[in-house]
Amino acid sequence: MAVKILQKKDLPCLLGKWSQSARVLAPARQDEMTNLAPWEPGAELDLGRNTWKPLKELFFPRSERMFAYTGDRMNAELSPIDQDHEQTVVFGVRPCDARSLALLDRVFLDERFTDDLYKAKRERTVLVGLGCNKPLRSCFCTSVAGDPHGTEGLDVLFVDTGDEYAVYPLTGRGEALVGELPEGSGEVEARASALADLARDMMPRYPAEVLPDKLTHMFEHEIWDRIHEKCLGCAACAYLCPTCHCFDVTDEAKTTEGHRVRNWDSCMFPLFTLHTSGHNPRTSGKQRMRQRIMHKFNYFPVNSGAIACVGCGRCVEVCPVNTDIREVISEIGEVK
Amino acid sequence: MSNLYIPHKARIKEIITETAANDVKTFRVVFEDESVWDSFQYRPGQFAELSVFGVGEAPISITSSPTQKGYLEFSIKKAGEVTTALHYSAPGELIGVRGPYGNHFPVEIMEGKHLVFIAGGIGLAPLRSLITYVLDDEHRGKFRDVTIIYGARSPGDLVFKWELEKWEKREDIRFYLTVDRGDETWTGREGFVPAVLMEVGPSPENTIAITCGPPIMIKFVLQNLEKLGFSPSQIVTTLEMRMKCGVGKCGRCNIGPRYVCKDGPVFTYEQLRQMPQEY
Repeated sequence: MAVKILQKKDLPCLLGKWSQSARVLAPARQDEMTNLAPWEPGAELDLGRNTWKPLKELFFPRSERMFAYTGDRMNAELSPIDQDHEQTVVFGVRPCDARSLALLDRVFLDERFTDDLYKAKRERTVLVGLGCNKPLRSCFCTSVAGDPHGTEGLDVLFVDTGDEYAVYPLTGRGEALVGELPEGSGEVEARASALADLARDMMPRYPAEVLPDKLTHMFEHEIWDRIHEKCLGCAACAYLCPTCHCFDVTDEAKTTEGHRVRNWDSCMFPLFTLHTSGHNPRTSGKQRMRQRIMHKFNYFPVNSGAIACVGCGRCVEVCPVNTDIREVISEIGEVK
Repeated sequence: MSNLYIPHKARIKEIITETAANDVKTFRVVFEDESVWDSFQYRPGQFAELSVFGVGEAPISITSSPTQKGYLEFSIKKAGEVTTALHYSAPGELIGVRGPYGNHFPVEIMEGKHLVFIAGGIGLAPLRSLITYVLDDEHRGKFRDVTIIYGARSPGDLVFKWELEKWEKREDIRFYLTVDRGDETWTGREGFVPAVLMEVGPSPENTIAITCGPPIMIKFVLQNLEKLGFSPSQIVTTLEMRMKCGVGKCGRCNIGPRYVCKDGPVFTYEQLRQMPQEY
């Protein structure tokens, strides 16, 4: 589909048009953090950096009711939770976060066991991306098969070219949002493309592509004795990771009614794998750090054909003891 | 909207106390809605997620066989919250069942072969599904000699005693029952399961060994089977692991890249040897 063009000053008008038939979410500054917020006319956007919280929360909430029940030990009624069917447009999605959904789809939308809770939210949501012209210091998407102007998982991609946006409709749903915009010139496209090259060049490269094969033979490697040493096991990395998808399932009940609920969980917690018998296959921080790295760079590639890291850098920014996944990638890459 | 996580309603019809300490019970349950059977076609070795509403959900192996129509059986040790709640339930109460999940014993590969079952304690529960299937009139002819070695710590810890008596009487199986230590009324064999396995000394030729029990028993059974000449591909076992969703999403039951809920719980020893020792 041909590139379109939108003058920057006309963006509020376009968002306003979308908001007539859908809920529009866009990055905004709140409590000194940038996060997605409902957009309304006059709202100020914050498009300077990616959101603090990952996009997965829209589709796989931190805490989510799976179904409701009422009754007692003899009789019970089970009912699905009413899903909010409101059409949603998310504006300003960064290519790394869009890719994270393409990866999560491989888990939640697998053909044999489709997760209907996730699927309903995916189907009602259109993703409008914003290419990254100025990667942050923690960004490394190009090392994990991503791209600052990547389109995987997006319905539309916007690229900031100065006074205007180059707008690329990518899917039918995207075309429906931006189809009426005027077509852009080859000159606009060339400018967008140059900005992409510049952004790519700004990011250092780490040898992540060698990890899937290499790690297959490294389960017992001595490197795991070191990497975990300063880790506190707080799991902030997992909670902010756009591809981490582990969850716990629990019942929240009063006497005759309640819900089954899933909550984000993490392999960094020692109780995560504790058997009822008291046996625990992963008792040490070493084993848990190994699990986290192996899952992202070996197990997920084996099962789903891609590294489960999109290079967003959130874990690098949030880690209280400065564990830097890029250094881990480099260290493993250097192992002979 | 359909929902993967909403269980089928099922009612407890019968509860059998298995052990003297009253810590293992077998629950026979039936679906409230009979049409559920259309989507609940299971095979020996698979498991289900059982719900006690308000308490939670736990993965439990199906101990009945698909040859037993109209009901499911689960033999459950009282251990955590859900299993304790089940132990305090009575016939007539409602529970939730979703599944069947996981892979199954390689029944087709076992056809035409001798089978040696080696079980310890409640480890007999998942094997019983396959044993019942193999011993069923419709299937018995497809398999060669059947040997069962079963043991527990004490006579009071043996499960399915009501069924063991039937197995002892059958002429088409070799059945060896043992306890680690007998009591004053015990007139049977005493000795550890791995030692009894060596006494029985099954030939590995055209044979598959299926084993389940406590980790220490498994360890020595595997060693002894290798001494008897069994290759790792001839040895089949079934694993348990902390598990929540049962469908490969919640991320906690993996051993290396393999998920016990989807790729298992049944693995050959050959497969296990290729997986990291983290279970």
